[in-house]
Amino acid sequence: MPVPVTLDFLLCQGDFRLEMHEQVEARVVALFGPSGSGKTSVLESIAGLRSLEWGEIRIGSRTLYDSGAGVDVPSHRRKVGYVPQDLALFSHMNVKHNILYGARSDRDDGSAEGLDQILSLLELHPFLDRRVSDLSGGERQRVAIARALTTEPLVLLLDEPLTALDRGLRARVLPYLKRIRDELATPMVYVSHDEAEVRALADWVVELDGGRTIRSGPALTPFAGP
Amino acid sequence: MTGDALAIAWRTVSLAALATLVMLPPGIALAWILARRQFPGRAMLETLVSLPLVMPPVATGLMLLWVFGRRGPLGGPLSQLGIDVMFTWRAVVLAGAVMGLPLLVRAARAGFEQVDRRYEEIAGTLGASPRRVFLTISLPLAKRGVLAGALLGFSRALGEFGATIMVAGALPSTRTIAVAIYSYTETGQAAAATTMLAISATIAFGALLLSNRLASSA
Repeated sequence: MPVPVTLDFLLCQGDFRLEMHEQVEARVVALFGPSGSGKTSVLESIAGLRSLEWGEIRIGSRTLYDSGAGVDVPSHRRKVGYVPQDLALFSHMNVKHNILYGARSDRDDGSAEGLDQILSLLELHPFLDRRVSDLSGGERQRVAIARALTTEPLVLLLDEPLTALDRGLRARVLPYLKRIRDELATPMVYVSHDEAEVRALADWVVELDGGRTIRSGPALTPFAGP
Repeated sequence: MTGDALAIAWRTVSLAALATLVMLPPGIALAWILARRQFPGRAMLETLVSLPLVMPPVATGLMLLWVFGRRGPLGGPLSQLGIDVMFTWRAVVLAGAVMGLPLLVRAARAGFEQVDRRYEEIAGTLGASPRRVFLTISLPLAKRGVLAGALLGFSRALGEFGATIMVAGALPSTRTIAVAIYSYTETGQAAAATTMLAISATIAFGALLLSNRLASSA
């Protein structure tokens, strides 16, 4: 089911200026554009990892940031499932402890239904006792996504989740993302610079270049660049 | 080896271990603050923490004597509670902790600085409070630096002499290996001094070796 998403803010970092004025209803909003266009900065702004100049960030009925009302929810209370491009899996924990890190305390036995559904969806049961350093690229990607999902996030923020994978792995991981979209109905903000990937997943695309929106519209309409 | 030498060695090691436990909480907190926080007075705090490294240990001992003496700002209230610090085993622990603290802070700070902030940020987005991030991410990932620092602090406390002799004297109940070596040498007991020297060198060598191993694999 589409979720209303408001991304209307200004971020200034040194010489870089990122301006967003988006109010959309979508299951998956894709941020598309070349490197340095500000895609990751948008995700980090939603996650509460960047200090904004002004604006509003709303996901569904929840306000994460509203400079006018003096609201700036700290990142650990935002309930966003952020999967960064580098994954940032905790190297001192095994797969199970990584996945359970953000899980609600009443689900930390690893047997609860929601958690089980996530593990099944991403086919991670066989890997739970492994060290993260022993996993392949695709497995690591799925662990990072599972870790974000166990927080029962308001929104899943995915930063180029398939970029580091080879063509074969991409083809294997993409269906997992579609299943998350369709079966868990968790809204996503998805960063990519691959048009085919965006078309396969997203229902709304915001194209960025140099910190500005150059196109915003349904995923089916033609892209402007890069 | 005489029973006296063994008793002194045991006292030295156990009080140095206690001094390490005492210095760990403030040492870890200071190391983390210096590694992760920017605030006015940071350079001042950094200098203050390192001061015992460069000041003559007897000068540090004299300062402790002023602060923890019976009429001192901290020693006075403690004395009223029936806790005497100066010239007791507590003074040995205090001197060891103060002298070892800068070494602990330096190594632990390096450990925290090596932790990629990305992990801490991501743990935050997963709902972990700053306290939980520290306990489950920062501290475990910096543990080699912290352990190396604890071992260095322990080694320093083990060999402490200048501050210890100022605040604890050379009483039979407070005599540590370093103080005993000095006393035995002063009174011409060369064999006893040599025994203490051998014990001291063995313990310090082992602790430093372990510390270096931890630091190099951090």
